[in-house]
Formats: sequence, structure tokens, C-alpha cells
Amino acid sequence: MVKAKSAYSIPGKQGKLATHIIVVWVDNEAGVLARVVGLFSGRGYNIESLAVAEIDPKLNISRITIVTTGTPQVIEQIKLQLTKLIPVHKVADFKREDKKVIFKEMALFKVVGSSSKREKAFKACKRYNAVILDKTNKSYVIQITALRREIDTMTKNLKKFGLVSVSRTGAVAMTRGAEIFK
Amino acid sequence: MSKLYSGAEIVFKCLEDQGVEFIFGYPGGAVLPIYDELKNFNSVKHILVRHEQGAGHAAEGYARSSGKPGVLLVTSGPGATNAVTALTDAYMDSVPLVCISGQVPTHLIGTDAFQEADTTGITRPCTKHNWLIKDIRDLEKTIHKAFEVATTGRPGPVLVDIPKDVQFQKTSYTKFKKKKKLNGKFNNQFSQNDIDELIKLMMKSSKPIFYTGGGVINSGPKASELLRELVNATGFPITSTLQGLGSYPAEDNQFLGMLGMHGSYEANNAMHDCDLMINIGARFDDRITGKIDEFSPKSKKVHIDIDPSSINKNVKADLPIIGDVAEVINSIIKTIKKAKLNFAKSNKQNISKWWEKIEKWRSVNSFSFVNSTETIKPQYAIQRLYELTKNKDTYITTEVGQHQMWAAQHYKFNKPNRWMTSGGLGTMGYGLPAAVGVQVAHPNKLVIDIAGEASVLMTMQEMSTAVQYSLPIKIFILNNEYMGMVRQWQELLHDKNYSESYTAALPDFVKLAEAYGCVGIRATKPEELDDKIIEMINTDRPVIFDCLVDKEENCFPMIPSGKPHNQMLLGPKDQKENKITGKGKTLV
Repeated sequence: MVKAKSAYSIPGKQGKLATHIIVVWVDNEAGVLARVVGLFSGRGYNIESLAVAEIDPKLNISRITIVTTGTPQVIEQIKLQLTKLIPVHKVADFKREDKKVIFKEMALFKVVGSSSKREKAFKACKRYNAVILDKTNKSYVIQITALRREIDTMTKNLKKFGLVSVSRTGAVAMTRGAEIFK
Repeated sequence: MSKLYSGAEIVFKCLEDQGVEFIFGYPGGAVLPIYDELKNFNSVKHILVRHEQGAGHAAEGYARSSGKPGVLLVTSGPGATNAVTALTDAYMDSVPLVCISGQVPTHLIGTDAFQEADTTGITRPCTKHNWLIKDIRDLEKTIHKAFEVATTGRPGPVLVDIPKDVQFQKTSYTKFKKKKKLNGKFNNQFSQNDIDELIKLMMKSSKPIFYTGGGVINSGPKASELLRELVNATGFPITSTLQGLGSYPAEDNQFLGMLGMHGSYEANNAMHDCDLMINIGARFDDRITGKIDEFSPKSKKVHIDIDPSSINKNVKADLPIIGDVAEVINSIIKTIKKAKLNFAKSNKQNISKWWEKIEKWRSVNSFSFVNSTETIKPQYAIQRLYELTKNKDTYITTEVGQHQMWAAQHYKFNKPNRWMTSGGLGTMGYGLPAAVGVQVAHPNKLVIDIAGEASVLMTMQEMSTAVQYSLPIKIFILNNEYMGMVRQWQELLHDKNYSESYTAALPDFVKLAEAYGCVGIRATKPEELDDKIIEMINTDRPVIFDCLVDKEENCFPMIPSGKPHNQMLLGPKDQKENKITGKGKTLV
């Protein structure tokens, strides 16, 4: 929910909420993630997922991908406020529905149980580029890459096959075709 | 091989190259190497405050009255945390500050060492940017970058945290040359099309208004001159926010007074009814807009601001123009001249009805009050203060509360940079140390802090600073023994339950003045007020003026909680019919 920042006015009418993926290129320096995250928490914006890693060790650039929900005004503010941060180089933003952009999350599932259950679990995962990373006679660690809600569904579905642990990343994004983010 | 300098020396080399003349500070363990170097750099004078918050506000007063960045120097831990209020204040009001703080040596960071605090962590949300210097080789470029960040774009505070071991380490220093005029080029994102569009709107409008803010002041004195030219050329009415006062002469007929919660009736009604609002360097703060859904419902809104994130933050702008105020106004004037538009003439017909309406609102005389021969009315005190000081180039600072609003209503500012008040953060205790900073910047000018007795006690210790440096600041206290604005809200919203808003034990301010080694003056009756004020002005030393005023006076007019601009309370009689109910009560 977006609360009115004003201490004095009654909250105005709200726009429609939409989920956006915001990609931020920053100098990889101490405290930069805290600046970005602090901006979100300090202004009451929402972070659904976050992925960050250095992408250019030479230029010392990290790429942060943030999934957030907000009204068009809030999204606009997020972009403008991010742009104002000194270590931020550029900010790209697109809607989750955007067909021109691929975005993916990765998840690791640990399944413990009989071999038939484990096999069933692996089969269920197959459409999501499933890879078995670790195998014992009791357990599998399966890696998949998929969309957020697909991973949500898988997490639910794998319960019956002996899912004991889930670890997942935030979304990362890239444009389709030859184009890159402006 | 070039000469090697210690980190502490480099700090001062940088300050010298940046043209810094004064720093406000307080020594402590983690900045001792820097303090040790002070003796070797005569061009930088240090003002020793009594509390780091005082250093911050003094630096703010210095910056706002001079247009130069204010610099403060504090130690690690409590030194830095004490400065946080002032940094936040500067962030909210866009004041350029550079805070240099000491830090425990790098090998002790993270060990909960003595006087260690995560200074960059604590100040991250209240500065434009901050840096922790871990390598001596970064020091020089970081300090210069700090000045650049503080003073360019929308100005604001920055902090450089320097661990003690870095202050001792040595490296070379390259002389720094200041780049000229960074501001315009980086921040002007407007085109001639935007200006043409604006002029089209101005030509069409029959009910226009200029709504100007602190951005005009921050853009420099040239912006104020250009604003006057533009307003005169158009014949449009103009109103200003609290922070913008002085950018347009208050005594000019086109000026409608301050707008907002305690603004004038004519300014607020004109804002509500206008068909074209030209916002120049203001940010649609909630004290200005009132109820946002009913804010100026019929107008096209033009928003001129240097900060892109100010656009559409609170109020949607129909025409955003991003750029430095002075340069935008300059383009507007040039375009008007080029097209040989004669606004004053062609528009007169257009907006004459609008002026008639405004004059009607003006005739309500919303800043009026019932004067008394028995007690000093606070409004009267400020009116007299204005009349007796208007022929001098007077600088006014304030604390926060009723007295601040009365000062804004009744003291008329005709020049920019003469009015220093904490608007965004609303920091009680701002005015006294700010006056110290203003007086440092303008040693021969009259500097008055219009204060409330509750606010001024929060930073009273800085009187000692004023005495030490022979800064003849005048602390003009409107003493009603209440936290007046709190009392007023309790009266209006909490059934006169004056919970903890009365100060039952106040010091004798005259004796307090004497204890500090300055001069105390007290006025209790209206008839003696003038003489006492004159006595204050003629005293060449710091003065605490204890003006005992009516204890129950309220600040009107007022837009009550949750109401739009056109529903103002004009005075005590008005409030009975216009009671604040329901939701309005829960608002601040």
C-alpha cells in the first residue's frame, strides 16, 4: 500500500498498482546497496525481490534488479529518486508484462525421500530447465530457472515429493533481441 | 618528488582551495590531528560552538545568508550524531553544507570502539551523499567532490567521515581549480519549446498566479532580480512560500503575501481559484497544498524546478520545466522581449477582473489582529520590530512555532537571503545558532533571531559562542510561557486540554543574558516596546530581549486540518462555526 507522505492532508485518490522491474547500474562501492535499499524503505516503497552482483570488474559497476509494486506516480518517483543518488549511473524500468524483456529467477530445491518420489520431483521440474546439482541415495538438489509465480507453484507442488528446503534468487532481467537497456 | 602532506593538512588545503573562510566546529579525540593543523592555515577561521547541532545550524545560517556552502567540523560518535538534526534540517530546506567528521582509526572500525558510531550509516538518509575515507589517496578528490555535490543541482548537505589514522597518513596534493558554472549545464533539461508553451499558457490565462519558493533564493540573487522583472512585465499576482520570502519585495502591490497553512487569505484564495499556476522553485509541500484532492482544482500547473524528482511528487504538473530558476526565467524574459509581447498592456484587460477579485480578498485584511493597550500582542511586537529595523539591512532568523509564522506574516522582506527559518524539518532551536552563522558572514549587519521562549532554550548555550566571538546577535523572544503552536492545536483540536505545553519553570532571561555576559532587556507593556527595541538595536553586544506577550494569542488565518485553501479560519470568531471534526483531528 502507498501511504500519503503528507502529514497534513487526507490521502488522495490512488492510482492503479502495477508491478515493475527496475534495473539500476551503480558504482560497486561500500554502502551502495544500503543507499538503494534505504531509499526504498525510507520513502515507503516496496521491494518484492532484489538481485545484485558486480557485472564489470574493470569499471567497477554492479547491476541491481529490483521488482517493485506501486502506482504510476510512485514508480516515477522511484526512478527519479534513484537517478539522484550519486553512485547511480542509469536506471531502466519496465512493466512485468513487457514482452520485450526476459526475466528469470533461479531456485534450488532439496528433495529427500524414496527414489521414485525424487524422480517424480525432478520430472515435475523438467520444463524449467531442471538440473540435478547434487545426488545422494536419499536426496536431490534440483536447480530450476523460471518466473516467480512458476517457482511459487513448484514450491507448492513439490511438497508431496519430499521437498525439505528451498532457496531462490530475486529476478534478473535482460532485453530480447539486439537491443540493450537505455 | 612532490611534497607530502598529512590527511589533516589536506583537509585544510582543500578548504583553502574551495575558498572556505569559516568553519563551525567542536574538537574531540577523533579530529585532534585536524585541529592541530588549524594553526598553520590562517585563511580558515574556526568558530567554536557549544554543541554540534549549533555548529550545523550556524553553518546553515552562514550558507543561507551568504550563498556559500557552510562547513562544519565535528568529532566521531556523539559529535556526529549531534550534528544529525542540523544535517536533516539542511537536507529538507536544500542548504549546502559540508560536514567533516572524525572517525575512529580504520583498524578499530566495527569493534564498538570508544566514540565509534556508524556515521555514514546514520547520515545516509539525511545527506545528499556521504563518504567514509579509507585510503588517504581518496581524501583530496573526495572533499572536492563533496563541495561539488553540496552546491550543485538542488543544494544540500554532505558528510565526509575521516578516520583518525587517515588524518596522519601522508600523500601528495595537487592544487585544485574550481570549475566554473557547473550548475546550469548539468541540470537544465528544458527546451525553447517548453518556454514557448509556457508563454502560450500565460497569454491565454485570465486568472494567473506566480507561486515562488526557496528555489529562487537558492538560484542566487540574480534569480530574484529576474523574477522581479518577469512579474512586473506580466502584471500577474505573486505569492511565496515561507522559504521564498524576500525573493520578491513584500511591499510591492503585486505581492499577495505568503501562502499556505498560515498564509494570507488573498494568496490562498487566489491559489485555489486560479486558472494558471506558475510554480517557480517550490515543491508543493503539504503545508502549502492543504487537502491535495481539492488543491487548486481548475488550474493548469507549470512547475519550474532544478530537481526532476520534485516534479509530480505531490501534485501533477501539466508543464514541467526542469532547470535552474535564474536561467529559466531569463529564457522566459528573453522570449517575451523577442516576440515583443507587451504583457502589461495586452493582459491588463485579461486579468483586470482577476485583480478585482483579489482586491476583494485582500480587503478582508487577514493578518489583522485585535491590539491591546494592556498586554503586548505578539503581532504588534513584530510590526514594531519591522518598523524600527526596516531602514537597516536586517537579517532575520527564527525558531519554530507561532512566533515564526507571525514573523513571516508581519515582517516584510524585500531582499533575498535576509530570512533564515527552518521550514521543512521545523527544528526548534534553529534560530539562535543560525543567527550566529549569519552574523559571522555579515559582521556589520543587524541580525535578529525572532524566537519563542521554548524553542530558544533548546540551543541557548550558543549565546556563549556569540559572546566569545563578539557577535552582536539579538535574540528577540516572544515569551508567552507556552509552546504556543502546540497550545493552539490543543485548543482547536483537543478540547483545550493543554497537555504539557506550558513551561512552569522558565529562567529569568534578563539574568540569563547577564550570566552569559551579554545584555538582557525586558519589555512588558506596549508603550515601552519601542524604546526597548531601539535600546536593543543600539546595543553593540549580543542581546536577549524578553518580550512578555499575550499568553493566549493564536496564529491566524489558518487552513484547518484536512481543509482546502478556500476554507480558512480567519480568527477566533470564525473557528466556532468551522469546527474541525472527525478525520481532521487525527492529522498533524
